[in-house]
Amino acid sequence: MSEAVIAVAMAWVAVSGTAVVLTRDPLRQAFVAGFFGLGLAFLYLSLQAADVALSQIVVGAIALPLIVLLSLAKVRKDRE
Amino acid sequence: MSRRARLAFFAVAAAALAMTLGAGLAGLPSFGGQVTAYARMLNRLAPPQRHVTDVVSAISFDYRGIDTLFEEFILLGAVAGISVLLRPLSDEARVLPEDKAPDRAIPPPSPAVWLLAVILSSLLVLAGIETVTHGQLTPGGGFQGGVILASASYVAYLGTNYVTVERFQPAPLLEASDGVGASGYVFIGLLGLLAGASFLSNVVGLGVTGNLISGGTIPLLNLVVGVEVAGGFAILASEFLDQTVVIRTRRR
Amino acid sequence: MSALAYCLVAWLFLIGIYGVVTSRNLIHLVVCLSVAQSATDILLLEIGYRSGGHAPVFVSLPARPGPAVDAVMQALALTDVVVGAAVTGLLLALVVQLHKRAGTLDPDALRATRD
Repeated sequence: MSEAVIAVAMAWVAVSGTAVVLTRDPLRQAFVAGFFGLGLAFLYLSLQAADVALSQIVVGAIALPLIVLLSLAKVRKDRE
Repeated sequence: MSRRARLAFFAVAAAALAMTLGAGLAGLPSFGGQVTAYARMLNRLAPPQRHVTDVVSAISFDYRGIDTLFEEFILLGAVAGISVLLRPLSDEARVLPEDKAPDRAIPPPSPAVWLLAVILSSLLVLAGIETVTHGQLTPGGGFQGGVILASASYVAYLGTNYVTVERFQPAPLLEASDGVGASGYVFIGLLGLLAGASFLSNVVGLGVTGNLISGGTIPLLNLVVGVEVAGGFAILASEFLDQTVVIRTRRR
Repeated sequence: MSALAYCLVAWLFLIGIYGVVTSRNLIHLVVCLSVAQSATDILLLEIGYRSGGHAPVFVSLPARPGPAVDAVMQALALTDVVVGAAVTGLLLALVVQLHKRAGTLDPDALRATRD
């Protein structure tokens, strides 16, 4: 049972990781990166790594999308 | 070199890297097999030796405490680098956000959103403090709790406006907490030297396993790291926010 | 299972580097770099996994808990995730300042020096 969960988590991570790279527009990529971070947290949890999953959730859902979106907003504002 | 040449070079290098990775990864022990002897020993010895129940925290802050000191200083250096990079340059000025049409004021966020932001950021502060202080008992600790504490200010910005957030986190306070956290780790390590053992030894009383105050210097180090990471990530977000909202190029 | 687990690591790393090499936008490049970095965390945790193991937290365990997974690898990966985010922030700060000076986010359009 746990092996199946790990396999599903790995498939999720592989597919969303590829999607992050293949999404060229940075704004859309930020959303796909959030989905990838969630998949990573699920994989870490299924590998029984509770501390690392907690770190990944707070970093991948909060810190990383915030700084990516703020950088995009700054770049867009400069272009005007 | 041209883009095409660069892609061709990358294709060759990636093939070589893939073969090397494949050969290396194939030599690893099978997934799910026996873990190393060091890990088995620590899992058996850490709870009775240090009176903690979360072995990962004991490893981070006691058995391998010096590595966490270096990681914390990498974080401090990255935040210092961001502060230097995003400082106002010579042709820029800090201009508070204001509406371009002077006869109207900027509409404030609706009271429902404001209230929700206040409630959620208070809950996040509570969750952050709980995660930091319970690091030696359950999964958690200084790093995770510090980021949760910093995210309280992010939620506050999203639901209110820039001026409100800047009022509640003045830059000197954030920078002081970042520095206090980093230097606090070194001072707690020096306690070990003062007590006659080596740097970062666990020399404070160990307490009873399962209590909040247990593990000696481990909860102290969790607190200091939590303060440092919270200050660091709050500075990080406020620097980016300043760039987006406040810093403007001076028109010549 | 071993093959799938370790192929995931190699695939994520290679696809991240591919994204860096073929990127046309510096912000896209930084996010691809963070994908490549997460591959190393996954490898650390996979090395430390034990079939049928539980997390290395010794409280409220069942009557016959079985072995625990490797806690040293988790300690290594834990700080890696948080510090990786801070270094990604540093890279994005570089990108923001670069855009101000060069006016473009396209790596191919950047020149080495400016007279």
